[in-house]
Amino acid sequence: MTAQIVVLGGGTGGTLLANRLRHQLSSEDAQITVIDRDDRHLYQPGLLFLPFGLARPTRLVRSRSAQLRPGVEFREAEVDHVDLEERKVGLRDGGSIPYDVLVVATGASLAPEETDGLSDPSDTVHTFYDLEGAQRLAAALARFEGGRIVVNLVDMPIKCPVAPLEFSFLADWYFTKRKIRDRVDITFVTPLDSAFTKPACARALGGLLAERRIDLVTEFNTGSVDGAGRRLVSYDERETGFDLAVVVPLHTGAPFVGSSPGLGDALGFVPVDQHTLQSKARPEVFALGDSADLPTSKAGSAAHFQGEVLADNIVAYLRDKPLPASYDGHTNCFIETGFNKALLIDFNYETEPLPGHFPGRLGLPLLAESRLNHLGKLTFEQIYWHGLLPGRTLPFIGRDMPERGKRRQTTEGGG
Amino acid sequence: MPKATYAGREVEVNDEGFFVDPAEWDEAMAPEIAQAEGIPTLTEDHWRVLKFMRTEYTEKGEGPTVRVLGKTSGVSIKELYQLFPKGPAKLAAKIAGIPKPRGCI
Ligand SMILES: Cc1cc2nc3c(=O)[nH]c(=O)nc-3n(C[C@H](O)[C@H](O)[C@H](O)COP(=O)(O)OP(=O)(O)OC[C@H]3O[C@@H](n4cnc5c(N)ncnc54)[C@H](O)[C@@H]3O)c2cc1C
Repeated sequence: MTAQIVVLGGGTGGTLLANRLRHQLSSEDAQITVIDRDDRHLYQPGLLFLPFGLARPTRLVRSRSAQLRPGVEFREAEVDHVDLEERKVGLRDGGSIPYDVLVVATGASLAPEETDGLSDPSDTVHTFYDLEGAQRLAAALARFEGGRIVVNLVDMPIKCPVAPLEFSFLADWYFTKRKIRDRVDITFVTPLDSAFTKPACARALGGLLAERRIDLVTEFNTGSVDGAGRRLVSYDERETGFDLAVVVPLHTGAPFVGSSPGLGDALGFVPVDQHTLQSKARPEVFALGDSADLPTSKAGSAAHFQGEVLADNIVAYLRDKPLPASYDGHTNCFIETGFNKALLIDFNYETEPLPGHFPGRLGLPLLAESRLNHLGKLTFEQIYWHGLLPGRTLPFIGRDMPERGKRRQTTEGGG
Repeated sequence: MPKATYAGREVEVNDEGFFVDPAEWDEAMAPEIAQAEGIPTLTEDHWRVLKFMRTEYTEKGEGPTVRVLGKTSGVSIKELYQLFPKGPAKLAAKIAGIPKPRGCI
């Protein structure tokens, strides 16, 4: 019998998983359908560069369906709910699609409405986490002639947790280049107790912030954003003033996940086994990427490693075999630090980001600024469209975290 | 591992004062831990949150973050900050004898 595999979401994770599955399963084995609400696939890492005029909006978007291999069906529709009992996906247009295997890959949604004042229209409050916001911010930065810029993430989890830091570094570069850096204060405001969640990384990044004259405000839990009064107010009633605020709103899972009984947790993410990516509620349901409740970064690179694991597991599941493949939490990200440099970090569930080189002794420097890493970050865009999405197994960038080339140090686990 | 004594019993805590073994905790210890953290008396509202934290921990193996508390405990985030000023999830976890919520990756 031909199995019906339905993938919700045709973003990074859904696309690369569907393509890998199509490669591994014949058309008799399975019919594969990807459902997404639109046919515009956005290269989200580009949103970081857009506000500084370093990326063009039209170049960041391509057709979703064009990224899918022949034999993968694309359906443009808004998912309304999942009925776990009946094994059906309900669509907003009234349609209903039955499944034998369901993959939730609908990513994370922005929820500015969960923070007082953040969804009020304002000339002073911005975000770069969606295309419209990033474009509006580009215009606001171009007009900015001096004053205080506050970069704030309201709370974890967020996509690409280093992006707000990268934004701060790029802002330093941008205003230096415009020769008005002396007139601009940049303050990074975080609910965490240091610049980043991972201690080894927090130290390296904290040092860089100081070097770039970026102020750091920690343990600030934004309760409300007052665009007219130009201030962030924390739940414990501290205030941070600004002339321009760049705020990364709270994230939730896709709203239908929360409203489909049994599918999601309190924040709308799908609880899955950390290693097999199988739903804790149902054996025939899986999730990958930002939509899953995994304790690792919500990043495209993580979705890529998860996709490789998940394809093997779904093939085994269809053949009634035990799930063979195990995701280790592997994530890596380039951290753009401005002035054509970047840092690279690589880690998994158990191992903190370590210094050394990636993926082996002669590779890219880890946890250190370099020009090579900046080029790596730029190259990632081409790899994304031509290697990652098609579901190719990329040389050197495997699912398991590499140990070669890393220096295990006594400084690890210091905080 | 450092030790602390609450309600006359010695328990193991980590460097930040969180219980190493949540099973060592009992309700009689909570008021003392709270006092050490600057909360003079535990009201009914405090207890509602503390009990919720314990149940969540027992069911899920992890304490909830502030945001999840605000959505699921029936106490709003604003009130949570009034009850546990320095950081509700962290403080309530400490007083309830469960590990510090991870919440952030
Ligand atoms: C500013 C920024 C910078 C980033 N930088 C990096 C980086 O440098 N490196 C890196 O690795 N990652 C980066 N990321 C993160 C990366 O883009 C995401 O982690 C990745 O895209 C996650 O893939 P996904 O498949 O889980 O979700 P997505 O790619 O977001 O796909 C989810 C899809 O689901 C669809 N969908 C949602 N709800 C519904 C519904 N109800 N009905 C139908 N369709 C629906 C959406 O339309 C979307 O296409 C960045 C993200 C941002 C925002």
